[in-house]
Amino acid sequence: MIDIQDLNVVFGQGKQAFHAVRQVSLAVEAGQSFGLVGESGSGKTTVLRALAGLLDRVASVSGDMTVDGESLQQQRSKSFRQRVQMVFQDPYGSLHPRHTVDTILSEPARVHRLDRIEQRVVAALEEVGLDASFRFRYPHQISGGQRQRVSVARALITDPRIVLLDEPTSALDVSVQAEVLNLLMRLKREHGLTYVLVSHNLSVVAHMCETLSVMQNGAIVETMSVQQLREHNSTMPYTRQLLTASLGYDRGAIDAFEEFGS
Amino acid sequence: MGCAMSSIRRVVANVVDSPLLSVEDLHVTYHTPTGPVLAVKGVSFELGREKLGIVGESGSGKSQTGRAILGLTAPGGEVRARRLEFQDTDLLRADKRTMRRIRGGGISMIMQDPKYSLNPVMTVGKQIEEAFLVHSNDSKPEARRRTLEMLRAVQIREPERVYRAYPHEVSGGMGQRIMIAMMMIPEPSIIIADEPTSALDVTVQLQVLAVLDDMISERGMGLIFISHDLNLIASFCDRILIMYGGQVMEECRADELAQAKHPYTRGLLNCLPRLDGGQDGSQDELAVLRRDPAWLETREKMS
Repeated sequence: MIDIQDLNVVFGQGKQAFHAVRQVSLAVEAGQSFGLVGESGSGKTTVLRALAGLLDRVASVSGDMTVDGESLQQQRSKSFRQRVQMVFQDPYGSLHPRHTVDTILSEPARVHRLDRIEQRVVAALEEVGLDASFRFRYPHQISGGQRQRVSVARALITDPRIVLLDEPTSALDVSVQAEVLNLLMRLKREHGLTYVLVSHNLSVVAHMCETLSVMQNGAIVETMSVQQLREHNSTMPYTRQLLTASLGYDRGAIDAFEEFGS
Repeated sequence: MGCAMSSIRRVVANVVDSPLLSVEDLHVTYHTPTGPVLAVKGVSFELGREKLGIVGESGSGKSQTGRAILGLTAPGGEVRARRLEFQDTDLLRADKRTMRRIRGGGISMIMQDPKYSLNPVMTVGKQIEEAFLVHSNDSKPEARRRTLEMLRAVQIREPERVYRAYPHEVSGGMGQRIMIAMMMIPEPSIIIADEPTSALDVTVQLQVLAVLDDMISERGMGLIFISHDLNLIASFCDRILIMYGGQVMEECRADELAQAKHPYTRGLLNCLPRLDGGQDGSQDELAVLRRDPAWLETREKMS
């Protein structure tokens, strides 16, 4: 479904150049959920944005990307934009504050010249567990979890095949996180979606995905199955340290932490 | 070994000393045009020389509790309590001068994001020195010596360089170590840390906590650690208060959190995705928290 070969992303030029993504290759099967994990600055979000075509104006992107049989050009095709949708991290920053939920949801439908927009909006809201009364509210009138549901509904409205999820629950309380993760799992089952999930939270990735790549300093350190992750079956010291750290505070283990080259 | 020693010291200290801080029936109310908002409703606890965790979701009143102790409740907020005492001082009746002495010198607070809590136009060294000089009569050269010593104590490798640096020149983890140094230098007895490491990457977070942990146990201080992260609190603290809707739902020892009884605590624990995939390995559906209004009512009747 998704095939990325030797992706490189460089911000800036000359001496100022910053190599944010180095030689990243990955493949995601249709209907799979693929996780990208790493600490801040590891380049995981940049890979996602490069795939979505959000970086071409601000960075030099090179490498071959194929999505659903279509080899991606710098200018993404309209059908690509319909088939690939994204959900962003911050449910506060990613919804227009002066647009009602109805406007937010109907905009992508209008852009793609879809029919029956009103029915689509109501149906999308229902899919994410919000009733039609939410249509005429503004983002500031609903809670963080509800906003993230609206973001998911916005992604669904064009009937995509692939949804790119950038830390979709890291701004939410754990009880709300559970609801949103359950929602995402159900939608994936019902619509046969393919997910690429970026997260710093290994437990969330283990819950959602089948395969994951661990990133550090712009490169993929290791690609492994979630089963391997659960069994702590990793040969790479960086992954092992990340796993240890994810288990909680252990005074003894911390002294053994290493700095990994930056 | 070191861990066993420090816990023995803590137990001994607890037997000998009276609590550092007593909070009894604390209420924080905000009067708004749409009526009073009860942010904290009847919270009681005592803090000894230990690490006490306060865990809860957003809006549970955990941060408001921490702020009320230091008299940092925002204007418009009203703080009431049957007792709010730091050692022998009644914090509710203390005058401004006494409160200024206690803030920093007796109880100090570490906030979430060093980017916003450090002064951007003052070097790191000067800021830490200032914290020291406000609470002592020592000379400037002495302040400088103590500052460098403190930067070393929070495991900053090049204290001289960091001393001269501005906050934007240091990383998030370093910024939080600097905050710890600044809060520790007046030698307070209690530290209130409000989500001190939530903005940091997980490995850096643990390294910063290790610095805090070591200093707290070496100096026999009390720590109130406020966080939304159950796993972290359970592994880092000695004792936990679980807050919801401005009230304490349950109190337990950190190592017994897994056996917690209150349905809210159980609900929170169950809705966490688990790295090991849970008992049955089926990872399809996470338990969803069902909130019961009775959790808040029964407590109100009791108090």
